[in-house]
Amino acid sequence: MTPQAAERPGEDGAPALSVRGLHKTYESGFQALRTVDLEIRRGEIFALLGPNGAGKTTLISIICGIVRPSGGQVEVNGHDIVRDWRRARSLIGLVPQELTTDSFEKVRDTVAFSRGLYGCRPDPAHIEHVLRALSLWDKRDAQMRTLSGGMKRRVLIAKALAHEPELLFLDEPTAGVDVELRRDMWALVRELREQGVTIVLTTHYIEEAEEMADRVGVINHGQIILVERKDTLMQKLGRKRLALQLQTPLLAIPDALTHLELELADDGHQLIYTFDTQAERTGITRLLQDLSSAGIRFSDMHTEQSTLEEIFVDLVRRES
Amino acid sequence: MNLRGVRTLYAFEMARWFRTLAQSIISPVVTTSLYFVVFGAAIGARIQEIDGVAYGAFIVPGLIMLMVLTQSTQNASFGIFFPRFSGTVYEILAAPVSAFEVVMGFVGAAATKAIILGLIILATATLFVEMQIAHPVFMLLFMALTAITFSLMGFIIGIWADGFEKLSFVPMLIVMPLAFLGGTFYSIDMLPPAWQTVTLFNPVFYLISAFRWSFFGTSDIGVGVSLAMIALFLAVALAVVAWIFRTGYRLRD
Repeated sequence: MTPQAAERPGEDGAPALSVRGLHKTYESGFQALRTVDLEIRRGEIFALLGPNGAGKTTLISIICGIVRPSGGQVEVNGHDIVRDWRRARSLIGLVPQELTTDSFEKVRDTVAFSRGLYGCRPDPAHIEHVLRALSLWDKRDAQMRTLSGGMKRRVLIAKALAHEPELLFLDEPTAGVDVELRRDMWALVRELREQGVTIVLTTHYIEEAEEMADRVGVINHGQIILVERKDTLMQKLGRKRLALQLQTPLLAIPDALTHLELELADDGHQLIYTFDTQAERTGITRLLQDLSSAGIRFSDMHTEQSTLEEIFVDLVRRES
Repeated sequence: MNLRGVRTLYAFEMARWFRTLAQSIISPVVTTSLYFVVFGAAIGARIQEIDGVAYGAFIVPGLIMLMVLTQSTQNASFGIFFPRFSGTVYEILAAPVSAFEVVMGFVGAAATKAIILGLIILATATLFVEMQIAHPVFMLLFMALTAITFSLMGFIIGIWADGFEKLSFVPMLIVMPLAFLGGTFYSIDMLPPAWQTVTLFNPVFYLISAFRWSFFGTSDIGVGVSLAMIALFLAVALAVVAWIFRTGYRLRD
């Protein structure tokens, strides 16, 4: 599978992000990125998945100007990050993975600082809107050191949104935050997308990507190994499981059925049949006929789709 | 040019300073006052005039310069080191601010703090000794140039340091001794000829000499030479900072 180009570019033809032939080797000799080509269209939520050390953070850091590329080209809304760095950077917001905050700063001040740093004129109304959207308004005069980890994470998001970016990078945004906050963040991300912000998300929680992403990219060993619409990916690579609740438990799969991909579960009360959704024939009709012939009766049946996590693990394992 | 970005960095650094006002201002003022009491009043009363200037007044420019040198270096080094240490430097690196603008923000704030302290020390000195400033404009010019040059040096130290130990190493073990041996408390004429020659290799000597000239109209060495030396230090510091940003040394991998 090869990375796909954006399906729908922006109004002026330029995608939100275009990465071509990007590679990075650190001074230590470690090759963090091989050759990365990637295009992200405006207004989408793109989830970048990959195991630890795959190159996710290096890729984001290069795009944001924190790490120097060894070669290749990156454009943000058509602005080259080297030649037109000032314009390119002003369009980007970054929420880093680490909870890096200035302990003695007040929440409102640190968010206003971020806005000023990007050259935007002061806008207390916008700062208030962002703080309220992230449930931080009550904490606006609190020093950063007094906040919980989850609250600090929200402040980092507020800082990244202070200058109204068009492309937002969320590097592991929900790492270490509780379920409630995670769901709040998902809601916020969706709201930002509705406002036209393009979002690139890296996460270890595949559930997060499954919940929010329009498209998914998988990176491993410094290379993008797949870019696909999430739905298409799940359809293409996903395998379905048909679970049959048996009336009488089985000790083993009868010989007449060993040619099928079957397994027993729930102490023989359940028969699981795994099939490929893309195959010409799923084999379900044949299975039901064979079960009937073998005299096996069932009381209930349901199907389950492979999760994105299972697809991801399978992909990375195959690559390795 | 992102002037708002520069102003934001500058205001942030100044706000940090004002947040710890007692530590920032009172401590240096008390320290310098003690110098006046010990060297100016107690010991100075037993030392004859130098170049027609009472010893108590003679040491004022040197003490101001000592304060400006150490405070510029410390403030600028801490200013850039702390974001590196805490990790918040990512925001500065990712923002649309150029290297020059970052330096303007940090070095401008550090130099401002040092100049404010220098002027406070000057005001404090007038409580102990009678002072007259022969060339006030030059006095301010030399103070500003010194503050900027040593703030640039502090910025370099803040980038170079990878721990608090290194951060205090240069100000305490290099800047402070150079200031003491650069004529803060004496005239070069009071030294044996060999040590006079050695002193000529001390860059701080030229700063103090020129600064003292702006107060009393006399100096150990020509003002033109001092000015040229200050310009040279400034150029070297700027070149090193430019190299840091060009190569990304300890900032960008």
